[in-house]
Amino acid sequence: MPVLIYTENAEGKFKKSIFEAVSYARAIADQTNTSLVAISIGDVNADQLSALGKYGADKVLNVSNAKLKNFVNQAYASVIAAAAKKENASIVVLSNSFSGRGLAPRIGVKLEAGVADGAVSLPEISGDKFSVKKTAFSGKAFATVELTSANKVIALTPNSYKVVEKAAAGSVEDFTVENKESDFKAMIKEIVRSTDKVSLPDAEIVVSGGRGLKGPENWGMIEELADLLGAATACSKPVSDAGWRPHSEHVGQTGIAVSPNLYIAIGISGAIQHLAGVSSSKVIVVINKDPEAPFFKVADYGIVGDAFEVVPQLIAAVKEYKASA
Amino acid sequence: MKILVCISNVPDTTTKITFTDNNTQFNTNGVQFILNPYDEIALARAIELTEGGKGTVTVINVGEVNTEATIRKALAIGADDAVRVNAKPHDAWFVASQVAQYARQNAFDLILTGRESIDYNGSKVAGMLGELLDIPSVSIIKKLDIDGDKGTVEREIEGGKEVLVIPLPFIAGTAEGVAEPKIPNMRGIMSARTKPLNVIEAVEVKILSEITGYETPAPRGQVKLVSADESAKLIGLLHTEARVI
Repeated sequence: MPVLIYTENAEGKFKKSIFEAVSYARAIADQTNTSLVAISIGDVNADQLSALGKYGADKVLNVSNAKLKNFVNQAYASVIAAAAKKENASIVVLSNSFSGRGLAPRIGVKLEAGVADGAVSLPEISGDKFSVKKTAFSGKAFATVELTSANKVIALTPNSYKVVEKAAAGSVEDFTVENKESDFKAMIKEIVRSTDKVSLPDAEIVVSGGRGLKGPENWGMIEELADLLGAATACSKPVSDAGWRPHSEHVGQTGIAVSPNLYIAIGISGAIQHLAGVSSSKVIVVINKDPEAPFFKVADYGIVGDAFEVVPQLIAAVKEYKASA
Repeated sequence: MKILVCISNVPDTTTKITFTDNNTQFNTNGVQFILNPYDEIALARAIELTEGGKGTVTVINVGEVNTEATIRKALAIGADDAVRVNAKPHDAWFVASQVAQYARQNAFDLILTGRESIDYNGSKVAGMLGELLDIPSVSIIKKLDIDGDKGTVEREIEGGKEVLVIPLPFIAGTAEGVAEPKIPNMRGIMSARTKPLNVIEAVEVKILSEITGYETPAPRGQVKLVSADESAKLIGLLHTEARVI
Protein backbone atom coordinates (compact mmCIF):
# COMPACT_ATOMS: atom_id res chain seq x y z
CA MET A 1 0.00 0.00 0.00
CA PRO A 2 2.13 2.90 -1.27
CA VAL A 3 1.94 6.52 -0.17
CA LEU A 4 0.53 8.86 -2.83
CA ILE A 5 1.87 12.40 -3.14
CA TYR A 6 0.11 14.99 -5.29
CA THR A 7 2.72 17.26 -6.86
CA GLU A 8 1.01 20.51 -7.73
CA ASN A 9 2.65 22.57 -10.45
CA ALA A 10 2.57 26.29 -11.17
CA GLU A 11 2.72 26.90 -14.91
CA GLY A 12 4.43 23.58 -15.54
CA LYS A 13 7.01 23.91 -12.76
CA PHE A 14 7.26 22.40 -9.31
CA LYS A 15 8.08 24.77 -6.51
CA LYS A 16 10.30 24.12 -3.51
CA SER A 17 7.25 23.48 -1.32
CA ILE A 18 6.44 20.51 -3.56
CA PHE A 19 9.92 19.03 -3.19
CA GLU A 20 9.46 19.44 0.56
CA ALA A 21 6.15 17.58 0.35
CA VAL A 22 7.71 14.79 -1.76
CA SER A 23 10.57 14.44 0.73
CA TYR A 24 8.04 14.36 3.57
CA ALA A 25 5.91 11.75 1.82
CA ARG A 26 9.07 9.69 1.15
CA ALA A 27 9.81 9.74 4.88
CA ILE A 28 6.28 8.48 5.61
CA ALA A 29 6.74 5.74 3.01
CA ASP A 30 9.98 4.76 4.80
CA GLN A 31 8.22 4.85 8.18
CA THR A 32 5.60 2.46 6.85
CA ASN A 33 7.96 0.33 4.71
CA THR A 34 6.29 1.07 1.46
CA SER A 35 6.90 2.86 -1.82
CA LEU A 36 6.05 6.39 -2.91
CA VAL A 37 3.92 7.17 -5.94
CA ALA A 38 3.63 10.77 -7.16
CA ILE A 39 0.78 12.10 -9.24
CA SER A 40 1.14 15.17 -11.42
CA ILE A 41 -1.81 16.77 -13.20
CA GLY A 42 -1.44 19.26 -16.05
CA ASP A 43 1.34 20.12 -18.47
CA VAL A 44 4.67 19.23 -16.93
CA ASN A 45 7.60 18.12 -19.06
CA ALA A 46 9.23 14.70 -18.75
CA ASP A 47 12.45 16.03 -17.19
CA GLN A 48 10.56 17.74 -14.41
CA LEU A 49 8.52 14.60 -13.80
CA SER A 50 11.42 12.19 -13.60
CA ALA A 51 13.29 14.68 -11.37
CA LEU A 52 10.69 13.90 -8.70
CA GLY A 53 12.58 10.64 -8.26
CA LYS A 54 15.43 12.66 -6.82
CA TYR A 55 13.22 13.53 -3.86
CA GLY A 56 12.07 9.99 -3.34
CA ALA A 57 9.22 9.20 -5.73
CA ASP A 58 9.52 5.60 -6.99
CA LYS A 59 6.93 6.13 -9.66
CA VAL A 60 5.27 9.19 -11.17
CA LEU A 61 1.76 9.09 -12.61
CA ASN A 62 1.37 11.76 -15.25
CA VAL A 63 -2.14 12.98 -15.96
CA SER A 64 -2.06 15.26 -18.94
CA ASN A 65 -5.17 16.14 -20.87
CA ALA A 66 -6.61 19.39 -22.16
CA LYS A 67 -9.53 19.46 -19.76
CA LEU A 68 -7.25 19.13 -16.77
CA LYS A 69 -4.70 21.70 -17.89
CA ASN A 70 -5.75 24.17 -15.20
CA PHE A 71 -6.63 23.42 -11.61
CA VAL A 72 -10.29 22.70 -10.99
CA ASN A 73 -10.61 21.49 -7.50
CA GLN A 74 -13.51 19.06 -8.05
CA ALA A 75 -11.96 17.38 -11.09
CA TYR A 76 -8.46 17.19 -9.58
CA ALA A 77 -9.85 15.67 -6.39
CA SER A 78 -11.57 12.98 -8.46
CA VAL A 79 -8.35 12.18 -10.31
CA ILE A 80 -6.24 11.99 -7.14
CA ALA A 81 -8.81 9.84 -5.33
CA ALA A 82 -9.01 7.54 -8.38
CA ALA A 83 -5.22 7.22 -8.40
CA ALA A 84 -5.22 6.41 -4.68
CA LYS A 85 -7.76 3.66 -5.29
CA LYS A 86 -5.95 2.26 -8.29
CA GLU A 87 -2.60 2.22 -6.51
CA ASN A 88 -4.22 0.95 -3.34
CA ALA A 89 -2.68 3.89 -1.48
CA SER A 90 -4.17 4.59 1.92
CA ILE A 91 -2.13 7.73 2.62
CA VAL A 92 -2.38 10.79 0.41
CA VAL A 93 0.02 13.69 0.97
CA LEU A 94 -0.19 17.14 -0.58
CA SER A 95 1.04 20.67 0.07
CA ASN A 96 -1.15 22.90 2.23
CA SER A 97 -1.10 25.53 -0.52
CA PHE A 98 -4.14 27.56 -1.55
CA SER A 99 -5.09 24.83 -4.01
CA GLY A 100 -4.15 22.07 -1.57
CA ARG A 101 -6.58 23.52 0.93
CA GLY A 102 -9.35 23.15 -1.61
CA LEU A 103 -8.34 19.63 -2.56
CA ALA A 104 -7.56 17.95 0.76
CA PRO A 105 -11.12 18.07 2.16
CA ARG A 106 -12.66 16.80 -1.09
CA ILE A 107 -10.17 13.92 -1.33
CA GLY A 108 -10.82 13.22 2.35
CA VAL A 109 -14.54 12.78 1.76
CA LYS A 110 -14.02 10.65 -1.37
CA LEU A 111 -11.73 8.28 0.51
CA GLU A 112 -13.57 8.55 3.84
CA ALA A 113 -10.25 9.65 5.25
CA GLY A 114 -9.38 11.76 8.25
CA VAL A 115 -7.64 14.92 7.08
CA ALA A 116 -4.68 16.55 8.84
CA ASP A 117 -4.22 19.98 7.30
CA GLY A 118 -1.32 22.28 8.10
CA ALA A 119 0.97 19.44 9.21
CA VAL A 120 4.36 20.64 10.50
CA SER A 121 6.15 17.38 11.26
CA LEU A 122 6.19 13.69 10.46
CA PRO A 123 3.39 11.60 11.95
CA GLU A 124 3.90 9.43 14.97
CA ILE A 125 2.61 6.05 13.98
CA SER A 126 1.02 3.62 16.35
CA GLY A 127 -0.59 0.66 14.64
CA ASP A 128 -3.07 2.07 12.15
CA LYS A 129 -3.23 5.49 13.84
CA PHE A 130 -1.24 8.53 12.77
CA SER A 131 -0.68 11.43 15.16
CA VAL A 132 0.13 14.56 13.22
CA LYS A 133 1.22 17.88 14.68
CA LYS A 134 -0.46 20.83 13.00
CA THR A 135 -0.72 24.56 13.51
CA ALA A 136 -3.76 25.73 15.48
CA PHE A 137 -5.19 28.94 16.86
CA SER A 138 -3.70 30.74 13.88
CA GLY A 139 -0.13 30.03 14.93
CA LYS A 140 -0.58 30.61 18.66
CA ALA A 141 -0.34 26.85 19.31
CA PHE A 142 0.01 23.41 17.78
CA ALA A 143 -2.54 20.63 18.01
CA THR A 144 -1.93 16.92 17.62
CA VAL A 145 -4.54 15.34 15.39
CA GLU A 146 -4.92 11.60 15.53
CA LEU A 147 -6.16 10.16 12.27
CA THR A 148 -8.09 7.06 13.22
CA SER A 149 -9.52 6.25 9.78
CA ALA A 150 -7.99 3.58 7.55
CA ASN A 151 -7.33 6.13 4.80
CA LYS A 152 -5.53 9.36 5.63
CA VAL A 153 -4.92 12.69 3.97
CA ILE A 154 -2.09 14.94 5.16
CA ALA A 155 -1.47 18.48 3.88
CA LEU A 156 2.02 19.74 4.71
CA THR A 157 2.65 23.39 5.66
CA PRO A 158 5.22 24.90 3.25
CA ASN A 159 8.70 25.49 4.68
CA SER A 160 8.22 23.13 7.61
CA TYR A 161 10.05 20.06 6.26
CA LYS A 162 13.50 20.01 4.68
CA VAL A 163 14.01 18.94 1.09
CA VAL A 164 15.94 15.64 1.03
CA GLU A 165 17.64 14.65 -2.20
CA LYS A 166 18.43 11.09 -3.15
CA ALA A 167 20.32 9.75 -6.12
CA ALA A 168 17.45 8.04 -7.87
CA ALA A 169 15.15 8.55 -10.80
CA GLY A 170 11.48 7.74 -10.74
CA SER A 171 9.76 6.02 -13.62
CA VAL A 172 7.03 8.03 -15.30
CA GLU A 173 3.83 6.53 -16.63
CA ASP A 174 0.70 8.05 -18.07
CA PHE A 175 -2.44 7.82 -16.06
CA THR A 176 -5.93 8.54 -17.32
CA VAL A 177 -9.18 8.96 -15.47
CA GLU A 178 -12.65 9.47 -16.87
CA ASN A 179 -13.97 12.49 -15.00
CA LYS A 180 -17.70 12.94 -14.73
CA GLU A 181 -19.16 16.02 -16.44
CA SER A 182 -20.22 17.59 -13.14
CA ASP A 183 -16.56 17.83 -12.12
CA PHE A 184 -16.12 20.68 -14.57
CA LYS A 185 -18.91 23.06 -13.55
CA ALA A 186 -16.48 25.71 -12.34
CA MET A 187 -14.86 27.44 -15.32
CA ILE A 188 -11.63 29.39 -15.12
CA LYS A 189 -11.99 32.76 -16.80
CA GLU A 190 -8.64 34.29 -16.04
CA ILE A 191 -5.40 33.55 -14.20
CA VAL A 192 -3.22 36.45 -13.11
CA ARG A 193 0.24 35.72 -11.75
CA SER A 194 2.77 38.36 -10.83
CA THR A 195 5.84 36.34 -11.69
CA ASP A 196 8.30 39.11 -10.88
CA LYS A 197 7.56 38.88 -7.16
CA VAL A 198 8.19 36.17 -4.61
CA SER A 199 4.84 34.87 -3.36
CA LEU A 200 4.29 35.35 0.34
CA PRO A 201 3.27 31.80 1.32
CA ASP A 202 6.32 30.31 -0.46
CA ALA A 203 8.84 32.91 0.66
CA GLU A 204 11.90 31.91 2.67
CA ILE A 205 12.43 35.53 3.67
CA VAL A 206 9.67 38.04 4.38
CA VAL A 207 10.09 41.79 4.84
CA SER A 208 7.04 43.21 6.52
CA GLY A 209 6.00 46.77 7.28
CA GLY A 210 3.57 48.29 9.76
CA ARG A 211 1.98 51.58 10.66
CA GLY A 212 5.37 52.88 11.76
CA LEU A 213 6.11 53.46 8.08
CA LYS A 214 3.56 56.30 8.12
CA GLY A 215 2.14 55.87 4.63
CA PRO A 216 2.07 53.76 1.44
CA GLU A 217 4.51 56.16 -0.25
CA ASN A 218 7.23 54.87 2.08
CA TRP A 219 7.09 51.26 0.90
CA GLY A 220 9.80 51.83 -1.67
CA MET A 221 12.54 50.95 0.81
CA ILE A 222 10.63 47.87 2.02
CA GLU A 223 10.36 46.64 -1.56
CA GLU A 224 13.99 47.44 -2.26
CA LEU A 225 15.19 45.50 0.78
CA ALA A 226 12.88 42.61 -0.13
CA ASP A 227 14.12 42.54 -3.73
CA LEU A 228 17.74 42.47 -2.60
CA LEU A 229 17.07 39.58 -0.23
CA GLY A 230 14.84 37.67 -2.66
CA ALA A 231 12.07 38.15 -0.12
CA ALA A 232 8.33 38.64 -0.27
CA THR A 233 6.74 41.77 1.15
CA ALA A 234 4.05 41.66 3.82
CA CYS A 235 2.26 43.98 6.17
CA SER A 236 0.26 44.23 9.39
CA LYS A 237 -3.54 44.42 9.56
CA PRO A 238 -3.85 48.19 10.12
CA VAL A 239 -1.80 48.71 6.97
CA SER A 240 -4.01 46.55 4.74
CA ASP A 241 -7.16 47.89 6.43
CA ALA A 242 -6.02 51.40 5.56
CA GLY A 243 -5.56 50.31 1.97
CA TRP A 244 -1.82 51.05 1.96
CA ARG A 245 -1.13 47.48 0.84
CA PRO A 246 -3.31 44.69 -0.62
CA HIS A 247 -5.12 42.27 1.71
CA SER A 248 -3.08 39.40 0.25
CA GLU A 249 -0.04 40.83 2.09
CA HIS A 250 -1.73 40.89 5.49
CA VAL A 251 0.06 38.55 7.86
CA GLY A 252 -1.56 37.69 11.18
CA GLN A 253 -4.41 35.90 12.83
CA THR A 254 -7.04 37.01 10.32
CA GLY A 255 -4.65 37.28 7.41
CA ILE A 256 -2.19 34.60 6.41
CA ALA A 257 0.18 32.67 8.61
CA VAL A 258 3.74 32.42 7.32
CA SER A 259 6.68 30.29 8.37
CA PRO A 260 9.73 31.71 6.58
CA ASN A 261 13.34 31.21 7.62
CA LEU A 262 13.59 34.94 8.27
CA TYR A 263 10.86 37.43 9.09
CA ILE A 264 11.87 41.08 9.26
CA ALA A 265 9.25 43.28 10.94
CA ILE A 266 9.67 46.99 10.39
CA GLY A 267 7.53 49.49 12.27
CA ILE A 268 5.19 46.79 13.58
CA SER A 269 4.52 46.88 17.32
CA GLY A 270 3.60 43.18 17.57
CA ALA A 271 -0.05 42.90 18.59
CA ILE A 272 -0.94 39.36 19.66
CA GLN A 273 -2.95 38.87 16.44
CA HIS A 274 0.08 39.71 14.32
CA LEU A 275 2.44 37.54 16.35
CA ALA A 276 0.12 34.58 15.83
CA GLY A 277 0.74 34.69 12.09
CA VAL A 278 4.54 34.80 12.33
CA SER A 279 5.35 32.65 15.35
CA SER A 280 6.58 29.71 13.27
CA SER A 281 9.19 31.86 11.53
CA LYS A 282 12.63 30.44 12.22
CA VAL A 283 14.36 33.78 12.84
CA ILE A 284 12.56 37.03 13.64
CA VAL A 285 14.13 40.47 13.31
CA VAL A 286 12.30 43.48 14.72
CA ILE A 287 13.03 47.09 13.88
CA ASN A 288 10.99 49.53 15.92
CA LYS A 289 11.69 52.89 17.52
CA ASP A 290 9.73 51.95 20.64
CA PRO A 291 11.94 49.78 22.88
CA GLU A 292 8.79 48.66 24.71
CA ALA A 293 7.19 47.27 21.54
CA PRO A 294 5.90 43.76 22.43
CA PHE A 295 7.43 42.37 19.24
CA PHE A 296 10.91 42.54 20.81
CA LYS A 297 9.85 39.87 23.32
CA VAL A 298 9.52 37.25 20.58
CA ALA A 299 12.36 38.49 18.37
CA ASP A 300 15.75 36.88 17.86
CA TYR A 301 17.40 40.11 16.70
CA GLY A 302 16.28 43.65 17.22
CA ILE A 303 17.19 47.21 16.41
CA VAL A 304 15.64 50.00 18.44
CA GLY A 305 15.60 52.83 15.99
CA ASP A 306 13.79 54.82 13.35
CA ALA A 307 12.96 52.70 10.30
CA PHE A 308 13.76 55.63 8.02
CA GLU A 309 17.34 55.63 9.29
CA VAL A 310 17.82 51.90 9.85
CA VAL A 311 16.38 50.45 6.63
CA PRO A 312 18.61 52.47 4.25
CA GLN A 313 21.62 51.25 6.26
CA LEU A 314 20.42 47.68 5.89
CA ILE A 315 19.92 48.13 2.16
CA ALA A 316 23.48 49.45 1.82
CA ALA A 317 24.82 46.57 3.92
CA VAL A 318 23.00 43.92 1.86
CA LYS A 319 24.33 45.48 -1.35
CA GLU A 320 27.82 45.37 0.07
CA TYR A 321 27.42 41.80 1.25
CA LYS A 322 26.08 40.72 -2.13
CA ALA A 323 28.91 42.46 -3.95
CA SER A 324 31.48 40.63 -1.83
CA ALA A 325 29.75 37.23 -1.94
CA MET B 1 -31.90 33.64 -3.71
CA LYS B 2 -31.46 31.52 -0.60
CA ILE B 3 -28.04 31.73 1.03
CA LEU B 4 -26.75 29.55 3.84
CA VAL B 5 -23.85 30.93 5.87
CA CYS B 6 -21.92 28.54 8.11
CA ILE B 7 -20.69 30.25 11.26
CA SER B 8 -18.42 29.18 14.08
CA ASN B 9 -17.93 30.38 17.59
CA VAL B 10 -14.23 31.00 18.25
CA PRO B 11 -11.97 32.57 20.89
CA ASP B 12 -11.53 36.32 20.43
CA THR B 13 -8.43 37.25 18.39
CA THR B 14 -6.76 38.81 21.45
CA THR B 15 -7.01 35.58 23.48
CA LYS B 16 -3.85 34.20 25.00
CA ILE B 17 -4.12 30.49 24.25
CA THR B 18 -3.49 28.10 27.15
CA PHE B 19 -4.34 24.48 27.84
CA THR B 20 -5.36 22.35 30.82
CA ASP B 21 -5.51 18.67 31.77
CA ASN B 22 -1.94 17.93 30.80
CA ASN B 23 -2.26 19.92 27.57
CA THR B 24 -5.22 17.93 26.29
CA GLN B 25 -7.94 20.58 26.66
CA PHE B 26 -8.16 24.16 25.47
CA ASN B 27 -8.55 26.40 28.53
CA THR B 28 -11.77 28.34 27.93
CA ASN B 29 -11.64 29.92 31.37
CA GLY B 30 -12.09 33.68 30.98
CA VAL B 31 -12.04 33.42 27.18
CA GLN B 32 -14.40 35.66 25.24
CA PHE B 33 -15.95 33.88 22.25
CA ILE B 34 -16.83 35.70 19.06
CA LEU B 35 -18.26 35.11 15.61
CA ASN B 36 -15.34 33.85 13.51
CA PRO B 37 -13.96 36.95 11.69
CA TYR B 38 -13.96 35.26 8.26
CA ASP B 39 -17.57 34.16 8.80
CA GLU B 40 -18.45 37.80 9.49
CA ILE B 41 -17.19 38.56 5.99
CA ALA B 42 -19.31 35.73 4.54
CA LEU B 43 -22.36 36.97 6.41
CA ALA B 44 -21.81 40.58 5.33
CA ARG B 45 -21.58 39.55 1.67
CA ALA B 46 -24.65 37.32 1.95
CA ILE B 47 -26.63 40.25 3.37
CA GLU B 48 -25.43 42.55 0.57
CA LEU B 49 -26.40 40.00 -2.07
CA THR B 50 -29.93 39.60 -0.73
CA GLU B 51 -30.65 43.22 0.18
CA GLY B 52 -33.88 44.78 -1.05
CA GLY B 53 -35.96 41.62 -0.93
CA LYS B 54 -33.67 39.69 -3.30
CA GLY B 55 -33.42 36.71 -1.00
CA THR B 56 -32.89 35.36 2.47
CA VAL B 57 -29.88 34.52 4.61
CA THR B 58 -29.89 31.58 7.01
CA VAL B 59 -26.97 31.04 9.36
CA ILE B 60 -26.10 27.60 10.63
CA ASN B 61 -23.85 26.69 13.53
CA VAL B 62 -22.87 23.34 14.95
CA GLY B 63 -22.50 23.91 18.64
CA GLU B 64 -23.86 23.50 22.09
CA VAL B 65 -26.22 25.99 23.72
CA ASN B 66 -23.37 28.33 24.71
CA THR B 67 -22.91 29.38 21.05
CA GLU B 68 -26.31 31.04 20.94
CA ALA B 69 -24.92 34.48 21.85
CA THR B 70 -22.80 34.32 18.70
CA ILE B 71 -25.76 33.11 16.65
CA ARG B 72 -27.89 36.01 17.95
CA LYS B 73 -25.09 38.36 16.93
CA ALA B 74 -25.32 37.01 13.38
CA LEU B 75 -29.08 37.58 13.46
CA ALA B 76 -28.49 41.11 14.77
CA ILE B 77 -26.08 41.78 11.91
CA GLY B 78 -28.86 40.87 9.50
CA ALA B 79 -29.36 37.12 8.95
CA ASP B 80 -33.06 36.26 8.59
CA ASP B 81 -33.07 33.06 10.57
CA ALA B 82 -30.70 30.64 12.24
CA VAL B 83 -30.21 26.95 12.82
CA ARG B 84 -28.14 25.41 15.57
CA VAL B 85 -27.21 21.77 15.27
CA ASN B 86 -27.06 20.75 18.88
CA ALA B 87 -23.68 19.02 19.16
CA LYS B 88 -20.05 19.65 19.97
CA PRO B 89 -18.28 20.43 16.66
CA HIS B 90 -15.99 17.39 16.83
CA ASP B 91 -14.04 18.17 13.65
CA ALA B 92 -14.53 19.59 10.16
CA TRP B 93 -15.87 16.27 8.87
CA PHE B 94 -18.48 16.17 11.63
CA VAL B 95 -19.52 19.79 11.01
CA ALA B 96 -19.64 19.40 7.23
CA SER B 97 -21.76 16.25 7.59
CA GLN B 98 -24.29 18.12 9.76
CA VAL B 99 -24.49 21.11 7.44
CA ALA B 100 -24.80 18.83 4.40
CA GLN B 101 -27.73 17.05 6.01
CA TYR B 102 -29.50 20.36 6.59
CA ALA B 103 -28.63 21.68 3.12
CA ARG B 104 -30.05 18.55 1.47
CA GLN B 105 -33.39 19.15 3.14
CA ASN B 106 -33.47 22.90 2.40
CA ALA B 107 -32.26 23.77 -1.09
CA PHE B 108 -29.85 26.72 -1.07
CA ASP B 109 -28.53 28.62 -4.08
CA LEU B 110 -25.28 29.53 -2.38
CA ILE B 111 -23.45 28.34 0.71
CA LEU B 112 -20.74 30.49 2.27
CA THR B 113 -18.21 29.73 4.98
CA GLY B 114 -15.28 31.77 6.22
CA ARG B 115 -11.99 30.72 4.58
CA GLU B 116 -11.09 29.06 7.88
CA SER B 117 -11.99 29.29 11.53
CA ILE B 118 -9.35 31.04 13.60
CA ASP B 119 -9.18 28.17 16.12
CA TYR B 120 -8.25 25.14 14.02
CA ASN B 121 -7.52 26.90 10.71
CA GLY B 122 -8.51 23.88 8.66
CA SER B 123 -10.28 25.46 5.64
CA LYS B 124 -11.99 22.11 5.28
CA VAL B 125 -15.72 22.56 5.76
CA ALA B 126 -16.28 24.24 2.37
CA GLY B 127 -14.52 21.48 0.41
CA MET B 128 -16.09 18.67 2.39
CA LEU B 129 -19.55 20.17 1.93
CA GLY B 130 -18.92 20.53 -1.78
CA GLU B 131 -18.02 16.89 -1.99
CA LEU B 132 -20.92 15.73 0.18
CA LEU B 133 -23.41 17.75 -1.89
CA ASP B 134 -21.56 17.07 -5.17
CA ILE B 135 -21.36 20.74 -6.11
CA PRO B 136 -18.37 23.01 -6.81
CA SER B 137 -16.42 24.55 -3.94
CA VAL B 138 -13.78 27.27 -3.87
CA SER B 139 -11.69 27.41 -0.77
CA ILE B 140 -10.31 30.91 -0.40
CA ILE B 141 -11.95 33.76 -2.28
CA LYS B 142 -11.32 37.49 -2.29
CA LYS B 143 -14.30 38.61 -4.38
CA LEU B 144 -17.79 37.28 -5.02
CA ASP B 145 -20.48 38.50 -7.39
CA ILE B 146 -23.69 36.80 -8.43
CA ASP B 147 -25.29 37.42 -11.79
CA GLY B 148 -28.47 35.47 -12.48
CA ASP B 149 -27.75 31.78 -12.07
CA LYS B 150 -24.00 32.01 -11.83
CA GLY B 151 -21.35 33.50 -9.64
CA THR B 152 -17.98 35.05 -10.39
CA VAL B 153 -15.31 34.58 -7.75
CA GLU B 154 -11.70 35.58 -7.40
CA ARG B 155 -9.63 32.85 -5.83
CA GLU B 156 -6.31 33.50 -4.17
CA ILE B 157 -3.34 31.56 -5.57
CA GLU B 158 0.34 31.85 -4.65
CA GLY B 159 1.49 35.15 -6.09
CA GLY B 160 -1.69 35.95 -7.94
CA LYS B 161 -5.35 35.29 -8.45
CA GLU B 162 -7.69 33.20 -10.52
CA VAL B 163 -11.14 34.29 -11.70
CA LEU B 164 -13.76 31.55 -11.92
CA VAL B 165 -17.34 31.50 -13.17
CA ILE B 166 -19.42 28.91 -11.38
CA PRO B 167 -23.10 28.00 -11.84
CA LEU B 168 -25.25 28.08 -8.70
CA PRO B 169 -25.40 26.31 -6.37
CA PHE B 170 -21.83 26.31 -5.10
CA ILE B 171 -19.84 26.79 -1.92
CA ALA B 172 -17.20 29.39 -1.24
CA GLY B 173 -14.90 30.20 1.67
CA THR B 174 -14.58 33.96 2.03
CA ALA B 175 -11.47 35.93 2.94
CA GLU B 176 -10.72 39.61 3.33
CA GLY B 177 -11.80 41.67 0.34
CA VAL B 178 -15.16 39.94 -0.22
CA ALA B 179 -17.02 42.40 2.04
CA GLU B 180 -16.52 44.65 5.02
CA PRO B 181 -17.89 43.11 8.22
CA LYS B 182 -21.11 44.75 9.37
CA ILE B 183 -21.71 46.08 12.86
CA PRO B 184 -25.21 45.39 14.20
CA ASN B 185 -27.36 48.47 14.79
CA MET B 186 -29.90 48.89 17.56
CA ARG B 187 -32.82 47.81 15.38
CA GLY B 188 -30.90 44.71 14.39
CA ILE B 189 -30.13 43.85 17.99
CA MET B 190 -33.79 44.27 18.99
CA SER B 191 -35.11 42.23 16.07
CA ALA B 192 -32.53 39.47 16.60
CA ARG B 193 -34.36 38.43 19.75
CA THR B 194 -37.47 37.50 17.86
CA LYS B 195 -35.93 36.01 14.71
CA PRO B 196 -36.25 32.22 14.48
CA LEU B 197 -33.39 30.18 15.91
CA ASN B 198 -34.22 26.54 15.31
CA VAL B 199 -32.37 23.87 17.21
CA ILE B 200 -32.03 20.52 15.46
CA GLU B 201 -30.39 17.30 16.54
CA ALA B 202 -27.18 16.05 14.99
CA VAL B 203 -26.96 13.07 12.68
CA GLU B 204 -24.55 10.30 13.54
CA VAL B 205 -21.17 10.55 11.89
CA LYS B 206 -18.28 8.11 11.74
CA ILE B 207 -15.31 9.53 13.66
CA LEU B 208 -12.23 9.90 11.43
CA SER B 209 -9.98 12.08 13.55
CA GLU B 210 -9.44 13.17 17.11
CA ILE B 211 -7.45 15.97 18.75
CA THR B 212 -5.28 14.34 21.38
CA GLY B 213 -3.10 17.16 22.64
CA TYR B 214 -1.78 20.65 22.29
CA GLU B 215 1.44 22.53 22.71
CA THR B 216 2.48 26.15 22.53
CA PRO B 217 5.45 27.27 20.42
CA ALA B 218 8.82 27.01 22.16
CA PRO B 219 9.78 30.37 23.67
CA ARG B 220 12.57 32.20 21.89
CA GLY B 221 15.75 33.15 23.66
CA GLN B 222 16.60 36.70 24.67
CA VAL B 223 16.53 39.16 21.79
CA LYS B 224 19.97 40.21 20.59
CA LEU B 225 19.98 43.95 20.10
CA VAL B 226 22.06 45.74 17.50
CA SER B 227 22.59 49.47 17.94
CA ALA B 228 20.74 51.63 15.38
CA ASP B 229 24.00 53.35 14.40
CA GLU B 230 25.48 50.01 13.50
CA SER B 231 22.47 48.56 11.67
CA ALA B 232 24.74 47.12 9.01
CA LYS B 233 26.08 44.63 11.58
CA LEU B 234 22.69 42.93 11.58
CA ILE B 235 23.23 41.70 8.04
CA GLY B 236 26.51 40.08 9.11
CA LEU B 237 24.80 38.36 12.05
CA LEU B 238 22.01 37.06 9.84
CA HIS B 239 24.60 35.65 7.50
CA THR B 240 27.22 34.18 9.82
CA GLU B 241 25.30 33.48 13.03
CA ALA B 242 21.65 32.86 12.11
CA ARG B 243 22.62 31.61 8.62
CA VAL B 244 19.39 32.72 7.04
CA ILE B 245 20.79 34.94 4.28
